[in-house]
Amino acid sequence: MSEQHHIKLAEESLQKQTTTLNVGPTHPATHGVFQNIMEIDGERVLETTPTIGYIHRAFEKIAERRPYYQVTPLTDRLNYCSAPINNLGWHMTVEKLLGLTMPKRVDYLRVIIMELARIADHLVCNSVIGVDTGALTAFTYVFQYRERIYEIYEEVCGSRLTTNIGRFGGFERNFTDTAWAKLAEFMKLFPKALEEFENLLNRNRIFMDRTIGAGPLSREMALNYSVTGPNLRAAGIDYDVRVATPYSSYEDFKFNIPVGTTGDVYDRFLVRNAEMWESYNIIAQAIEKIQELDPTVYHADVPDFYLPEKKDVYTKMEALIYHFKIIMGEVNILPGEIYNAVEGANGELGYYLISDGGRSPYRLHFRRPCFIYYQVYPEIVKDGLLSDAIIALSSLNLIAGELDG
Amino acid sequence: MALTNEHIKDRLIAKFGEQLTEWDEQFGLLTVKAPAEMNLKVMQFLYDDEELRFRFLTDLTGVHYPDRKDEELCVVYHLHNLVDNARFRLKVYVPEVKPDVFTATQLFKGANWMERETYDFFGFNFLGHPNLTRILNVDEMDYFPMRKQYTLEDPKRTDKDDEMFGRGGTIAAPVNQD
Repeated sequence: MSEQHHIKLAEESLQKQTTTLNVGPTHPATHGVFQNIMEIDGERVLETTPTIGYIHRAFEKIAERRPYYQVTPLTDRLNYCSAPINNLGWHMTVEKLLGLTMPKRVDYLRVIIMELARIADHLVCNSVIGVDTGALTAFTYVFQYRERIYEIYEEVCGSRLTTNIGRFGGFERNFTDTAWAKLAEFMKLFPKALEEFENLLNRNRIFMDRTIGAGPLSREMALNYSVTGPNLRAAGIDYDVRVATPYSSYEDFKFNIPVGTTGDVYDRFLVRNAEMWESYNIIAQAIEKIQELDPTVYHADVPDFYLPEKKDVYTKMEALIYHFKIIMGEVNILPGEIYNAVEGANGELGYYLISDGGRSPYRLHFRRPCFIYYQVYPEIVKDGLLSDAIIALSSLNLIAGELDG
Repeated sequence: MALTNEHIKDRLIAKFGEQLTEWDEQFGLLTVKAPAEMNLKVMQFLYDDEELRFRFLTDLTGVHYPDRKDEELCVVYHLHNLVDNARFRLKVYVPEVKPDVFTATQLFKGANWMERETYDFFGFNFLGHPNLTRILNVDEMDYFPMRKQYTLEDPKRTDKDDEMFGRGGTIAAPVNQD
């Protein structure tokens, strides 16, 4: 029990003082290392003070001493549930700075990978909302599909979680036959699983009662707090970077932007579910479009920036020279200042890059959507129940890596 | 009608005239420098103006330019007009010895943590900020780590020469930490 003099308890409050409750830093409900100090009156949350920074790793500072290609593994560790989007977003930022254009096939391959990453990220978030409300079953039904997506990453780049996928100028290697086969299998099986998932939760009376009206976020508040991504769209604003400023040929695809109305936990859940269907459709369109393109193209012809394939490095003089130059950071990066954003799984993932022509960025700032929208958390759980605060936390999809940078 | 960069520029010049300098349009993003004490006035105008409507603060961050005398520290605001889908970048420069900038929290609540982060790493003093404390670093820290004088590697080490990888000792002299 604690005395918080600035908090006025309601007349009808049974207790005469508030209770201080620590949620986190390590707590099953936080799904990551961050802390919330809550003042509660019975089960009602009066005040929340978030503490973050437990896993801050100073990526922006490190990036100022690393050649450009060594920054990619740092971006992996921001939103580690959808690392490929971070990697490819960074590559596209540098390519834009250098003025490189990609062949259509590279763009479409990137779209496939980024949309798979979005599905993987939303799957985790949505199934965990189920877990936090006590419905563990749905989680077990869909989680193997994240595993299937990870297997596709593995075929493309050799890694699963922190992918370091792609290179400046394209992909490190072409999609193998196994990768295409795994993708085809995923495309065949996933709709059924997602349908089953939706059957279990979408119109489930208990789930609806638990989530409708919990942690509501109005559109005015969302805009004023610079919220982006599914959380903004659940509040009713149809802002999506893929449509507003298309990158990687997103303008070639037909898809909808799902929006919600009240911005509560249920809306955020539905928006993410609908986005998974849209992502699925985008991948299907991309697979179809790719059939018409030259299947041997997987990178742009930019030897000055694209790290050559290893077997060429061992056998061709020219490739060896380029390999050496790129690895030693002797790449001619022009001075410039650029802000480039991609639609990350959590919202607008921005890269603000200042180059002074040196080997490494002069300044690199990541606009991390999680960090910015987490500010709204104390507002949306205020005067709600403690159990609503827990599911509001999971419905925001906080990723500690992205939060702390 | 789409909001063009020329139009934004014309309206701002009509309102603020010569006070806005260093116009730039790299990669299509209109950028301008405003005097430090005018950052709120410019943002308020951009917010209120019926045509400009920059009502979304995308990003707020800092940059340290040790070579710019008396304006070593820079705050960069990225604003977005979601209706016309136009972006705008505003910069204000302040001297390292007195890094006072008015807070944008009255206009955008989302600026709260972004300013705390910028304070945490660069040491800006956001005047009027409701809770200007460190956010990612430990509270006991007594320096601002993103400033260029703090090198990444331990300056006392002599066995490690990474001149070939990334930046060598060229960007800033090592700090004397004794």
